[in-house]
Amino acid sequence: MSGEASARQVPVAASRRSPLVARLDRSAGAVFILPAVLVILAFSIFPLLASLYVSMTRLSFSEGGIHLTYVGFGNYAKLLVGIDRTHFLGVTVPLTPLTAVVLLVIYGGFAFLLVRYLRGPGRTVAGFVGRLVTAVIAGALVWLVVDTVMTSGRPGTIVVTLIYVGVDVSAQYLLALGLALLVVQRLPGRRFFRVVFLLPMMITPVGVAYLFRMLTDTSKGPLYPLWAHFGLTDVSWVTNPWGARLAVMIGDVWQWTPFIFIVLLASIESLPIELNEAAVVDGANRWQMFWAITFPQILPATSTVVLIRLIEAFKIVDLPNVLTNGGPGTATESLTLHAYTIWRALDIGGSAAVAYMLLIVVTFVGISYVNLFRRRVTAMA
Amino acid sequence: MSRYPARTLVIAVGVGLLAAACNASNSTSTGNFSGTTIRIVTFTGPQIAEPLQRRGPDFEKATGAKVQVITVPFSDLYQKILTDFSTKTNSYDAMVFDPQWMGDYVPSGYLEDLTNRVQNDTALQWNDIAPFFRDFSATFKGKVYTVPLDGDFQMVYYRTDLLQKDGLQPPATWDDYISIAKHFQGKDLNGDGKADFGSCWAMKRSAQSYWMFISVAAAFLQSQGTKQGSFFDTSNMQPLMNNAGTAAALDIYKQLSKLGPPDQLNNDVGDSRGLFVTGRCALSLDWGDIGPLAVDKSQSKVADQVGAVILPGSKKVLDRASGQLVDCNSTICPYAVNGVNHSPFAAFGGWSGAINKAAPAKTKDAAFAFLSYMSQPAQSSVDVTIGKTGFNPYRTSHFTNLGPWTASGMSEKAAKDYLGAIQASLQSPNMVLDLRIPQTAFYQQTALDTALAQFLAGELSANQTMAQITNQWNSKTDELGRQSQLDAYKSSLSVTK
Repeated sequence: MSGEASARQVPVAASRRSPLVARLDRSAGAVFILPAVLVILAFSIFPLLASLYVSMTRLSFSEGGIHLTYVGFGNYAKLLVGIDRTHFLGVTVPLTPLTAVVLLVIYGGFAFLLVRYLRGPGRTVAGFVGRLVTAVIAGALVWLVVDTVMTSGRPGTIVVTLIYVGVDVSAQYLLALGLALLVVQRLPGRRFFRVVFLLPMMITPVGVAYLFRMLTDTSKGPLYPLWAHFGLTDVSWVTNPWGARLAVMIGDVWQWTPFIFIVLLASIESLPIELNEAAVVDGANRWQMFWAITFPQILPATSTVVLIRLIEAFKIVDLPNVLTNGGPGTATESLTLHAYTIWRALDIGGSAAVAYMLLIVVTFVGISYVNLFRRRVTAMA
Repeated sequence: MSRYPARTLVIAVGVGLLAAACNASNSTSTGNFSGTTIRIVTFTGPQIAEPLQRRGPDFEKATGAKVQVITVPFSDLYQKILTDFSTKTNSYDAMVFDPQWMGDYVPSGYLEDLTNRVQNDTALQWNDIAPFFRDFSATFKGKVYTVPLDGDFQMVYYRTDLLQKDGLQPPATWDDYISIAKHFQGKDLNGDGKADFGSCWAMKRSAQSYWMFISVAAAFLQSQGTKQGSFFDTSNMQPLMNNAGTAAALDIYKQLSKLGPPDQLNNDVGDSRGLFVTGRCALSLDWGDIGPLAVDKSQSKVADQVGAVILPGSKKVLDRASGQLVDCNSTICPYAVNGVNHSPFAAFGGWSGAINKAAPAKTKDAAFAFLSYMSQPAQSSVDVTIGKTGFNPYRTSHFTNLGPWTASGMSEKAAKDYLGAIQASLQSPNMVLDLRIPQTAFYQQTALDTALAQFLAGELSANQTMAQITNQWNSKTDELGRQSQLDAYKSSLSVTK
């Protein structure tokens, strides 16, 4: 049968189809997509809604099993204004001149960005409201960090988590970028180092935590001779709040720098060489070549890998749990470890409330990052 | 044919009966359990899991029942078992666990009532188990739910050679303890040229630190006998955590955190035991485990140089009416020894075996037979002398029969010293029972443990620590119902000794 004849017969065949078949045809797309939707509903949406409900309940034990009592926002109130407030948010104190100046500078920056947006060409009402909400929430988080870290106050688990995320991801990115730029050079042994730099990522996080537990033990362990040489055997990393946080952050940076490294390496190696050759001909130095040519070209990869690491870093739990059990005190306790600690005593409502607070913070940071940074970078690229 | 058939027959029957009796008393009171598998859950060892795994094959040979030991980390054990039962998964037929958790497991109907079984099992020799463990660790509201496999009291261990050399007596009070710890802090105690430590304790968060603290606090908080209780006022369920007694205990606890290794705040009992048996500490506070570990020459450098005493006490105790400390006298401290109030703490209560009520009948029979087998003197008298089992003496025969102890390498003097300290605790009318009320895990493992960690780290002052513990305990008590919690607490203190 020729193609022409076939084409002529299609409308005839279609016109003969019953309304039922036609309706099924129209629904075919939905039917094909239904399994995927059901899977998402079952494994993502349902647990999300169920855990939201659980976060508003209190578990108790009675004859024949467990009983969930609805308590509304009681578990959230405990975290924000109740007996767990200092654990979750930290201990805040009146502003000092220093913290007041720091906050003024940061808030001034937020105001400047908002005004610049309002004066810019692409302003919309929705865009302004979004930025205003972002500024308010970010301002509250900044105040919490400044007022608990730069004063005699004490950071709670939410601030400790934000510190981990900020310091870890920044350090990982800078180190990974440096290593990637180093490895693309024609240096002897670079293939070997490519593999070596990836190894930490392959180790289970609990293994990394035990490794750093041994390394930070100044009274015994593999680094004992080093500590003894410098007379540091009476000093303990993990009994000082900032020492312990630093130990956790070093472990996390050591483990996850390779992930950013491998993404940036692939990105740098895929760049065309012609632009650099032209720059060399024009007399550009290495820094100019990096800043004006390489860096802008790897920004899309940078923005993606930083987003992934941001989200992952919020969930840090293995290292502080094994290395310090969240101690000394609650100095190294992340939000996930906070939720886990409560869950172990089967306060699943309180645990779910902490997990939901984490979800809200991660979602806020993720959406703000995508809207304010990543889209712009991708558009520039 | 024998010339004396009747005599031969009598002897043969007698020997046969004797052998049968021996067999019954040595193994199981059981029968044939071929084809049955007992899934028993406990914490990731090697302690506790090791003897279960080691003796499982012997039990299988004797009865046909296969023993499958499932291990999970201690910090997860409580909720793992509860989640398994409450979701009716029932993947565990039996468990070896903390008897404190009966406060949650029994009211929910998850545990098999073993009262008749233990009374009818002659091989178990129920009455050989020390009354405290029968009546407290095994019993909840008058019914038996567990088979004790371990006896837990905290004691103070000291280096006999060091104290003798410097003319010091073992500590009778916590002030003595601090004084001795200060004396030895920074000196070389094992001849390796390195500075060692006056005292080594487990002070790590989410480990065993809160038990150590209660061992100190109890000396100030309880002086009128076991039924007075150390955790709550038995008239209104108000916590006993915000008063001069607790403040004194916090002060001692803080001082001791500085009289040990530099990373003591990150040490659990594994670390503190290791430090003590390698000769790096003059004093330590622990359950009965250090005794057997100290004679294990594969790891110990202090064999036969270790003494044990009942927990140190105090000459001042809390007057609950005023909330202040007062001097001991015969009215306030009726059980004081030389004016010192000792409150030995039955921390944890001893690992105990229980059976899932929802398990099949034959499996429950087999599980009980296995728990009985583990507890019978033939097995347990050996297991309590092995450091790695984590089992400490809990039967009368464990204290009277020194054979297994000397066979394990302990000298008779050391064995008597070690067992004497445990017996002194066991026989004290002022022993402190560990908390056993609904959601004990929250009161101790979450609220108390976190506040103590924050206090040691300097995040909270002593007053803030006491206020935080009190607020959190009161909040939980009000959530669960003050009267029902009070009833549960009072019920847990009504021990018939």
